[in-house]
Amino acid sequence: MTTLKIPTPLRQYTNGQAEVAVRGSNVASAMRNLVEQYPALEQHLYNGDGEMRAFVNLFLGENNTRDLQGLETPLSEGDTLRIIPSIAGG
Amino acid sequence: MLPGLTREEILRYSRHLLIPEVGLEGQKKLKGSSALIIGTGGLGSPVALYLAAAGIGRIGLVDYDVVDSTNLQRQIIHGTSTIDKLKVESARDRMLDVNPDIEVEIYNEPFTSENAMRIAQDYDVLIDGTDNFPTRYLTNDVCVFLGKPNVYGSIFRFDGQASVFYAKEGPCYRCLFPEPPPPGLVPSCAEGGVLGVLPGTIGTIQATEALKVLLGIGSPLTGKLLLYNALDMSFDFVKLKKNPKCRVCGPDADIKELIDYEEFCGVPGFDHDEGSAGADWDITALELSERLKGNHLKLLDVREPHELEISALPNATNIPLGTLAARLSELDSAEDMVILCKSGTRSARALELLVTAGFKKVKNLKGGINAWAQEVDESLPIY
Repeated sequence: MTTLKIPTPLRQYTNGQAEVAVRGSNVASAMRNLVEQYPALEQHLYNGDGEMRAFVNLFLGENNTRDLQGLETPLSEGDTLRIIPSIAGG
Repeated sequence: MLPGLTREEILRYSRHLLIPEVGLEGQKKLKGSSALIIGTGGLGSPVALYLAAAGIGRIGLVDYDVVDSTNLQRQIIHGTSTIDKLKVESARDRMLDVNPDIEVEIYNEPFTSENAMRIAQDYDVLIDGTDNFPTRYLTNDVCVFLGKPNVYGSIFRFDGQASVFYAKEGPCYRCLFPEPPPPGLVPSCAEGGVLGVLPGTIGTIQATEALKVLLGIGSPLTGKLLLYNALDMSFDFVKLKKNPKCRVCGPDADIKELIDYEEFCGVPGFDHDEGSAGADWDITALELSERLKGNHLKLLDVREPHELEISALPNATNIPLGTLAARLSELDSAEDMVILCKSGTRSARALELLVTAGFKKVKNLKGGINAWAQEVDESLPIY
């Protein structure tokens, strides 16, 4: 299991959960598992073609998965994956 | 050649002069330096106060707004006595009270693609204290094109972010966020709220980073993003790298000049929560009050349940916007319906969702329940 940290703006789609336990051997499958658990998230994270939207930043530990192997980045038991949101308030 | 310090300035900055990392040399550097603060709101308030107090020789302020009472819960540079005054003037007066030895230049205008390069070019560092995505992308691109550091901070409810985006030495804002989120996904502070002290924490970090950058001391947040959560009191850091595909600072950058940022982000470059769904879909508070006389009309309130405790219309059905898509089956598309929220922004989005789902007899209460409280029922509070 991987712990996926959900940013505040998306928690309205995860029943307020700040962390969700997801299954998956890599980032892509873990994210798919997330939207299976919380289908309302799908339209926000994926475009109509089923591709991850460009504004979604996924960090494994302190590294951007884009700097690792992207969605193919493998996950190990106990990893923490977090979605870093764009926020604009000031 | 650095400017000298007067006898009075030496006394004023005594506590800086005692720190070896600043000292007389550093204080002269600060006096000879300049900073441009975009926005004099929640973040801009502590930034402007601390940079003024620290003795930055020349500080620019960009804002086009006037102070209103909803600002005062967090925008500590302004006060009850400056309500209705221009924010840049209110802030300038307070800064010069803190430190009359500095120069404050004010720009009472929105920061736009037309004026941004001209305003920014004479400053050493820019500080992003805006409240909307278009101005954040604009501030970033201006910094990349002018080769200046962008001291970034951003807030939402209990969450804050801070970094120093400096394309000469590390990633820029677009390296991390190549595209803005779709309009409506991330509520603004006017819609979603913000803990008043949160911009104090993040703005103070921005002021710290600006001083470090100007003094050339310590390790600025270049290549790092601070993620702060006030509820957990957690400070997490993640690494940021230059994005080789960055459209503005990457090797194959295709954005070479400022663009239309409102078009790019799909939202206006300000955070005024005055929603409209377009003239064909809007109904005013007065029109609604007429229509309600004797006629059956379904009222759909898409605010969060805790907001109903502040003000509510009788007999309205409450389905928060975030759950609306999943609860469409509870609504009857044959029924005439008026959708409302605080001030018309979320209800406009709800209307769009319903129209896409085939609803035709729907209207958006323009200006929301706040407009109703202003025009129809003065016993209701405005928030």
